[in-house]
Amino acid sequence: MYSKEVMDHFMNPRNVGEMPDADGVGTEGNPVCGDMMKLFIKVKDNRIEDAKFQTFGCGAAIAVSSMITEMIKGKTLEEAMAISKEQVASALGGLPPQKMHCSNLGADALRKAIDNYRQKQASGTE
Amino acid sequence: MECYFDHVATTPLRPEVLNAMMPYFREEFGNPLSIYPLGTTAREAVESAREQVAALINAKNAEIIFTSSGAEANNFALRGIAFARQHEGKHIIVTRMEHHSILNSARFLEKMGFTATYLPPDKYGLIDPEAVKKAIIDETILISVIDASPEVGTIEPIREIAAIARERNITLHTDAVASVGNIPVDVKELGVDLLSMSAHQFNGPKGAGALYLREGQRIIPLIFGGIQEGGRRAGTENVSAIVGMGRAAEISKAELPLRVENIRQLRDRLIKDIMKIEDVHFTGHPEKRLPGHASFCVEYIEGEGMLLMLAAKGIYVASGSACTSKALKSSPVLLSMGIPTHVAHGSVVFTLGADNTEEQIEYALEEFPRIIKRLRELSPFAKGWGDMEEGGTCIPKK
Repeated sequence: MYSKEVMDHFMNPRNVGEMPDADGVGTEGNPVCGDMMKLFIKVKDNRIEDAKFQTFGCGAAIAVSSMITEMIKGKTLEEAMAISKEQVASALGGLPPQKMHCSNLGADALRKAIDNYRQKQASGTE
Repeated sequence: MECYFDHVATTPLRPEVLNAMMPYFREEFGNPLSIYPLGTTAREAVESAREQVAALINAKNAEIIFTSSGAEANNFALRGIAFARQHEGKHIIVTRMEHHSILNSARFLEKMGFTATYLPPDKYGLIDPEAVKKAIIDETILISVIDASPEVGTIEPIREIAAIARERNITLHTDAVASVGNIPVDVKELGVDLLSMSAHQFNGPKGAGALYLREGQRIIPLIFGGIQEGGRRAGTENVSAIVGMGRAAEISKAELPLRVENIRQLRDRLIKDIMKIEDVHFTGHPEKRLPGHASFCVEYIEGEGMLLMLAAKGIYVASGSACTSKALKSSPVLLSMGIPTHVAHGSVVFTLGADNTEEQIEYALEEFPRIIKRLRELSPFAKGWGDMEEGGTCIPKK
């Protein structure tokens, strides 16, 4: 049912774990719905230097999480913001129709993480 | 190592069963209604299968109606009795433990002007006979209660419910798809009027089921047409599948006592060790359950992930989690037992069969804890649900 890429990112997820010194954190979803992603980013000179994630969810949700951390590393915040859920899904070789909503999880968590970083910057807590 | 632990999904066809079926695909291809020898052979094969199936559940031959599946038998029972007795009343009672083929039939009957009561189970998945008694009104004509749950393994108190139904002259049906062939089932002892079963649940072929209909019980057919199955179920018989069902029933009857004991021992070993893992909940009733059934909810992770990782190790199980269902909805059975939605997402169901071995159980017990650990490492809830405990409701996003 899943593509080779989805299975690879699910079985060997990249960038797993917490990031205690993250510059931005985005949480999307909730456990009642069956999936929740927490995305941590480290930002330097407007570029995403590092990203990590923790996800509760199905195979697709975990693969999407892993893939998006790979896609955003090294990107400027603007470039990362422009990543669409369709791009995440297509990088994974597609998702089954009933699992397409899982790609929202990654894109939405990413936007929240970047917003969180910018808010922190604006309020000067850094 | 390959370990098939999903015997509620289906079971492997026994080689003896396939051998019994083979002649009826080619040489003995006759229509049982034909009067020349080819027809007679086919008819005799169907009748002998009927005898074998009847013997498995202690019924009379004439009380067995072959169907295409357990789902058809369930549809037939609900609609057939509801329409046969509608002049006496239009209320039916079913439970929240039922399979979709019962629940959706009940919903259909509601659209046809019937009313239905859906009884909730307790936390073990048990239906209280007293609750059935209380739900009965003057218009109640039919009660349908599942014999054993494929999702949580719980075996319902059918005999007690049958006594209540009989007293009030209400027809009682039980969906015994998960139990027939896996535990001893005796229709006389249970006291039911109708009972559904399915061949592929006990090493028979797919596409063969049966409805037990107590002698003297009137029913309206689901499929109208010719005189097959005493005019109660039209359509040329699926002879080879019926023959296979008969042979599988015969084997089950002979092997059942020993098989039940072996499977139960393997299952108990599995449950004992899995329950040592932290934050794993056992689902269903601890004693009143199918011998091969072990079901759990593993907290902080989602069922599909477990299924995929187990499958990568050659271990095949099921889950009642939302993400593994096409409808993306958590098992209504688990929710009706009071299991919170976020915990129900971690549902995992092992169902053992005659083909499983101790080595397979040991292998699964080595791999499964590792998989849980791995998935929990990925989860933001590895250290608990935190303030997510309350959960709330899920509003699906577009």
